[in-house]
Amino acid sequence: MTRGGKLLLSSTLWRGIVSVAVFLTLWEIGSLSKIWIKWDAFEWLRTALNAVGFKPIYLPWVGAVPAPSEVLNAWLIVLQDPSYWQSWYMSFFRVMSGFIAAMIIGIPFGLLLAVSRTAFGVNFPVFEVLRPIPPLAWVPASIIFWPTQELSIAFVTFLGAFYTVVINVIGGARSIDVRYFQAARSMGSSQWDIFWRIILPGTLPSIMIGSAVGMGITWNVVVAAEMISGGGSQAGGTSGGGLGFFIWNSYVGGSYEQVVVGMISIGIAGYVSSELLRALGTYMTPWLRLR
Amino acid sequence: MSEATNTLRSAIQAGEIIVSHVSKIYGALQFTKEVVKDCSFTIERRKLTVMIGPSGCGKSTLIRLLAGFDVPTSGTITLNGQPVIGPARDRLVLFQETALFPWMTTYDNIMYGPRARGEVSCETLELAEFLLNKVGLQDFRKKYPTQLSGGMQRRAELARAMINDPEVMILDEPFRGLDAMTKELMWEYYSALYEESRRTNFFVTTDIDEAIFLADRLLIMSNIPTQVRAVLEIDVPRPRKLADLVENDRSNEIKMQALSILHEEAMKSFSRGSKAAADFVEAYSKRVNKI
Repeated sequence: MTRGGKLLLSSTLWRGIVSVAVFLTLWEIGSLSKIWIKWDAFEWLRTALNAVGFKPIYLPWVGAVPAPSEVLNAWLIVLQDPSYWQSWYMSFFRVMSGFIAAMIIGIPFGLLLAVSRTAFGVNFPVFEVLRPIPPLAWVPASIIFWPTQELSIAFVTFLGAFYTVVINVIGGARSIDVRYFQAARSMGSSQWDIFWRIILPGTLPSIMIGSAVGMGITWNVVVAAEMISGGGSQAGGTSGGGLGFFIWNSYVGGSYEQVVVGMISIGIAGYVSSELLRALGTYMTPWLRLR
Repeated sequence: MSEATNTLRSAIQAGEIIVSHVSKIYGALQFTKEVVKDCSFTIERRKLTVMIGPSGCGKSTLIRLLAGFDVPTSGTITLNGQPVIGPARDRLVLFQETALFPWMTTYDNIMYGPRARGEVSCETLELAEFLLNKVGLQDFRKKYPTQLSGGMQRRAELARAMINDPEVMILDEPFRGLDAMTKELMWEYYSALYEESRRTNFFVTTDIDEAIFLADRLLIMSNIPTQVRAVLEIDVPRPRKLADLVENDRSNEIKMQALSILHEEAMKSFSRGSKAAADFVEAYSKRVNKI
């Protein structure tokens, strides 16, 4: 990378740090409003809050949330708890198994629908009827379908990514320029060769976009599924339930700091998995990064 | 050089295409448009035939017919006596816009044809090296198309087509859209490639200088519906120099002859109300008055 590139990177990094610091500071101030709002200097604020119907004991919403310092304390304690890491592992495992299954089934299925008019005609109507059904609406049905709770959660997660991947693959494969096909055919390409060396790489950018979106949906879905299903349970308690169950359990147990810890953990987990996916995507599509 | 490559690809023959009484009508019932009308000509073996005609006269339609992407409404097209049905590697088309596969490096693009047909041998590898050098891209073999300049992309495409040794190579305004300097450079690269292999080439253009510089035979087309209006033998010796275009009397003589035929065609369509023809008529009258 050039020196200019490094400079740009570091300035981006600095902006990121500043942004996070400002966010945390405002959050801390807001959370501590229980204390400072009682001071005489904030008489006007209390009157204003009263006027719009809030109880003037702290700032609305943010005052009810644990302060970042408290969250950090709770986090430091939780970090030493193996069940917290077990939650990470469980959620990651579920996301990855559902996501990878969605890729393994969704990419060939999408490609098939894109290249074969018959396959498209037969499958697409059903696909389009099933697609608008939110994955969470599948939770009860999948509990009935699948023998273990783990499988039902994985299935719901799979659905979250599947539709997005398929739609993107179909769109991507269809938007490949017809000139590439003509050029390949006039150079004596077989159908098989056109599939592997034109359609597949030509669809790869769309596959990457589809999987990035799908990954986001997968995290949404897994957390909700864990909350609803009680998080796979045999282990019981806070152990082994995944991050969604961790949050729910903390809420039930009245530990609001831990709720926030769980939320931020999911944010970090989602970010990490998106980054991994982006790195993979960049690695697999070198022609897009070298402009 | 020439001897070296002749041993590299001695097995391939040059083809001859005969177009006889071909018509192409688009549309149906009363909404028809006749684009090609009773058109006959021969693309002679081991010659560079250039087709020139006013823009929108149906040249691209003719190319689609020759390539086999489309079938004529009536008449026949034969290659070495065999009727043309569908695209095949014996007729290779180079398109107006670049059709290099963006996901392959220059080298992989050039090697596409041999690999697609499973014909990778010591000879093809050697030929790939030879062509890379011939089009001056040996240092760009690992670059992707987006990293190449417009002229380099065209050259890479020439090499990608040439390596397949088609019996007839068809080029549809391949240097359109390049700036004047780059275009002249392309003429030199291309004519060197042609002179080295002496295969049957069919080159379509709207640029009279390009036509005169490259052609062995020049087909001048009428306005739509297209027919051959005149055939000129360009007997300027090879290898040709860019300076010939200005200094060589024979070149200029042919050019004036060709222009006057094109002028007649333009006058005809001008009288039928074509605006594109108006520009040509004006330009021509200025040029003639100056000389």
